[in-house]
Amino acid sequence: MAWFKRSKENISPDTQKIELPDGLWEKCPECSEIIHKKQLEVNLWTCAKCGYHFRIGSHEYIKILIDKGSFRELDKKMRSADPLQFTDTKKYTDRIDETILKLNLFDAVKTGTGKLNGLSIAFGCMDFKFIGGSMGSVVGEKVARLVDKAYKSKIPLIIVSSSGGARMMEGAFSLMQMAKTSARLARLAQAKIPYISVLTDPTTGGTTASYAMLGDFHIAEPKALIGFAGPRVIKQTIGKDLPAGFQRSEFLLEHGFVDIISPRKELKSTIYNLITLVS
Amino acid sequence: MAKTILDFEKPIYELEAKLEEMRKLSDNLDIDKEIVKIEEKVKQLKEGIYRDLTRWQRVQLARHPERPFTLDYIYNMTENFIELHGDRLFRDDKAIVGGFVQLGDYKVMVIGHQKGRDTKTNLYRNFGMSNPEGYRKALRFMKLAEKFNKPVITMIDTPGAFPGLEAEERGQAEAIAKNLFEMSRLRVPIIVTIIGEGASGGALGIGVGDRILMLENCWYSVISPESCSSILWRSWDYKEQAAEALKLTAPDLLEQKLIDRIIPEPLGGAHKNHQEAAGILKAVLLEELAQLTKIKPEKLIEGRLEKFGKMGAFIE
Repeated sequence: MAWFKRSKENISPDTQKIELPDGLWEKCPECSEIIHKKQLEVNLWTCAKCGYHFRIGSHEYIKILIDKGSFRELDKKMRSADPLQFTDTKKYTDRIDETILKLNLFDAVKTGTGKLNGLSIAFGCMDFKFIGGSMGSVVGEKVARLVDKAYKSKIPLIIVSSSGGARMMEGAFSLMQMAKTSARLARLAQAKIPYISVLTDPTTGGTTASYAMLGDFHIAEPKALIGFAGPRVIKQTIGKDLPAGFQRSEFLLEHGFVDIISPRKELKSTIYNLITLVS
Repeated sequence: MAKTILDFEKPIYELEAKLEEMRKLSDNLDIDKEIVKIEEKVKQLKEGIYRDLTRWQRVQLARHPERPFTLDYIYNMTENFIELHGDRLFRDDKAIVGGFVQLGDYKVMVIGHQKGRDTKTNLYRNFGMSNPEGYRKALRFMKLAEKFNKPVITMIDTPGAFPGLEAEERGQAEAIAKNLFEMSRLRVPIIVTIIGEGASGGALGIGVGDRILMLENCWYSVISPESCSSILWRSWDYKEQAAEALKLTAPDLLEQKLIDRIIPEPLGGAHKNHQEAAGILKAVLLEELAQLTKIKPEKLIEGRLEKFGKMGAFIE
């Protein structure tokens, strides 16, 4: 008999694998706690055991931050025009159509006005699920118009970012959205209207290098990945492993690029307090 | 340093070598007519090849190691250049250079990415990839120009902002964002010229202005064809398709209305004749300066806001 032949039973995990009915339960990626969806919602999509913040979208952030029934969406049906007739392994127009159908979102940002504890605000929130929360012409234009709304109505601006960066499929058009949004924010700043940028997991690339880093105040959710270049690219460039916690919210706070780290539960009150203190 | 010959340029160099040989022989032989014929052939070949370049071939020309860089343009088209250094916060970034110069009748601030020509100088210049201090250095120079009421001329030539660990620690994203913000409201004219590679936020970080010019054989996009290939095709092998898909050449960008003007290069590319390339650029810059210096600061800023506001394609 070969020396390596297994004499005992196969190695098996200590605990029995729990089969979860689809759609009711979520597993915390951090501590593996199994959480009921209802419970998760009550906890604002954070893990009650370890505090892990699940990635959520505009629908959820509106629930968390905006007073019930007060959100009025702007430019709801604006969608990409595929200016380059871009095709990689898939046609860009097909990618867009499929994503719209699947997510019931028209692009990677939702914008509008609403009340935050009774205060009127201009509010934008990105959806990472929509092609990696990438910024193309639609995101750029909607954000620019939202800034204009804040400017004209003289109301504070709040943008919640989560984005992989500029959208490749619109080439240089996407790049120019960085300049477009930044220019509008410069005008808003001159009118002395507060802008709060909320950075969530993940915010990288062209989005970070434009409106996400141009707030009067930067609030980050705990442990969110925030940076310019992605960690994989940096690792390739320097040929070394990256230190633990690199490009996370706490790292940015330490290096002076974030003002406040706010757990999701305190986000609304933090924003409210900031706005009332400067107005 | 050895001459760099790109694949598609080989037929030209072969024919030129033949021509050179014949010229040597012509002292003893009567082949003048033949020589004239071949000279004509070389010219036609060149015109044909450079007219029908694929997008990927243009990318290669934009990266040509003998291409004029920012300092070459400065030395060839300006006088009294005084190079300034440092961001006053951390250190002097060698990937971005700049200073006040005399350009024709104008005193201007020139700022640009600077690449190296060989391994040693490329390491010194970090291959034209700026760290945050480079963007902050550029901003400091722009603010100086604003203070002394001098127009700003920027030259873009970078494979991207440096994706390093320290760059992230010092806020690469913030540095670029801040420049976009400040350039959009700078109270002096800004003319941006893409002179080589224009890769993403690293390029745009000095790329907001009243006029955006682009040399004939350059590329400007949100990502390099190689990185685009690796992300969308999950392989490095589709760079040529990626270059086609990104539509990143000067004629493409003019059609997309993202640049104002294409600046012609000497036949075969700017690297064939630095002086001629600089001469053409200088004439265009002087023409643009003559117009822009007449406009009041408020109008400039308003115009910039509108200019970038129009960029984009969407359906409502």
